[in-house]
Amino acid sequence: MLIHSCSSPKSSEITAKSLYLNRRQVMAGAAALGLLPSLASAETLTGVSKSDYRVDDPPTSQKDITHYNNFYEYGLDKTDPAANAPGHLKTRPWTVTVDGECAKPGTLDIDALLRESHLEERIYRHRCVEAWSMVIPWVGVPLAGLIKRFEPTSNAKFVAFKTLLDPSQMPGQRGLTSFKWPYREGLRIDEAMHPLTLLAVGLYGETLLPQNGAPIRLVVPWKYGFKSIKSIVAISFVEQQPRTLWNVTAPDEYGFYANVNPTVDHPRWSQAKEHRIGDFGRRPTLMFNGYQEQVAGLYAGMDLVRNF
Amino acid sequence: MTANALAAQKPLGARPLIHLICALPLLWLGTRAALDLLGANPVEAAIRFLGDWALRLLIVALAVTPIRLVFGWSAPVRYRRMLGLWAFAYVVLHVAFYVILDQFFDWGAIGHDILKHKFITVGMAALILLTPLAATSTNAMIKRLGGPAWRRLHRAVYLAAPLAALHYVWMVKAGILQPMAYLLIVLSLLACRLLVGQRP
Repeated sequence: MLIHSCSSPKSSEITAKSLYLNRRQVMAGAAALGLLPSLASAETLTGVSKSDYRVDDPPTSQKDITHYNNFYEYGLDKTDPAANAPGHLKTRPWTVTVDGECAKPGTLDIDALLRESHLEERIYRHRCVEAWSMVIPWVGVPLAGLIKRFEPTSNAKFVAFKTLLDPSQMPGQRGLTSFKWPYREGLRIDEAMHPLTLLAVGLYGETLLPQNGAPIRLVVPWKYGFKSIKSIVAISFVEQQPRTLWNVTAPDEYGFYANVNPTVDHPRWSQAKEHRIGDFGRRPTLMFNGYQEQVAGLYAGMDLVRNF
Repeated sequence: MTANALAAQKPLGARPLIHLICALPLLWLGTRAALDLLGANPVEAAIRFLGDWALRLLIVALAVTPIRLVFGWSAPVRYRRMLGLWAFAYVVLHVAFYVILDQFFDWGAIGHDILKHKFITVGMAALILLTPLAATSTNAMIKRLGGPAWRRLHRAVYLAAPLAALHYVWMVKAGILQPMAYLLIVLSLLACRLLVGQRP
């Protein structure tokens, strides 16, 4: 991966903290008074610094990122999330419970997190298991820093994540469904602590839209997109490898690791190439989605065909 | 013009209408493409759209004989070859879009897809089975082959149609209901022919 030299934003580019906190209070007050719709719409994030983690490829358009994706809680077509999520998902109030093998279990409040965190923009490649890809300017915080707050114990071998389970807000969870909701994902603790692993709260400098997993989602850029679980409500430190939704649904198609690997085909399609959204034709897929230098060490000695 | 002559002309009059109806999805696709309304992944959208219509028209063509057998309505029989050819046209466009716009003539990748990925294997098998049927759809070819041989050859559609539906079933990652519905319709139409009509 190409990493640009670090360029901090000029002080004039950073909104004074008091100003944006004020703005948030005004917005919250307005929402409470019913002046704003209670359902989320994108809001500009302030105080975002540009991270060194940025690929050179031009970012995919905001329209495509927000109107072409999978979020089966809102339908099976890639245009369904944008059509259905905004009318259903309530992103405030929103808390994430953190428990399991840790010294200080607790909760994360999304507003507190936004207030207290140093947000960074990272431009990552995003590779879907369906062989399409994007380049996405995420805004978020490294998961490692958050994890440390809760002081995981030596028993914390894995981190399990859960999406909201609420059929009234997620119509895809209603009725006849072949999935065992809620959506679950998991990472090995060293994967979760890796500096590339991000908890995203925004993209293109704005808060996440409901269809992209608002208000908080995981981003693991060297793994297929389905590992990057959306609209997270629970994080648990666990000793055993957690069960994950796609692995439970089709174990021979979706492995726990799901590292991007052009040499290991999905049973139904080749992973050697990918269609970059906005491009014409296909380009070769890179090992670990181009993050080999940073993450290959995590899997040294592992059989990546068996542990797909 | 006598009433009889008019009646005799009526079925012929339906031909342009059927051509128009069969071309409507193509016009729709062309218009959407020209207006950039096919979404973030226009090639995939077009390939799926063409595949959907190939399967639908194949079903329409396959329904002609069961309709005659069950309801005794035989008028559509004279349009069956035309419907079959339109279905084949959508099949060819569907595959051409895959080869040209999706894979960009990467024959290695296409060969790999055919060998390793069963939904593409059965899809290609359906294409290969349908090709001689399209090639022999002219009156001249029927004469040349003779009726019985021609009918035997065209029984390949009994294999091609379920393979095409299976191609769809195996393609989808989730939401198996719609492709299963197509497969069920195809199988019912074939069962209807086998059970009801042993007549040629």
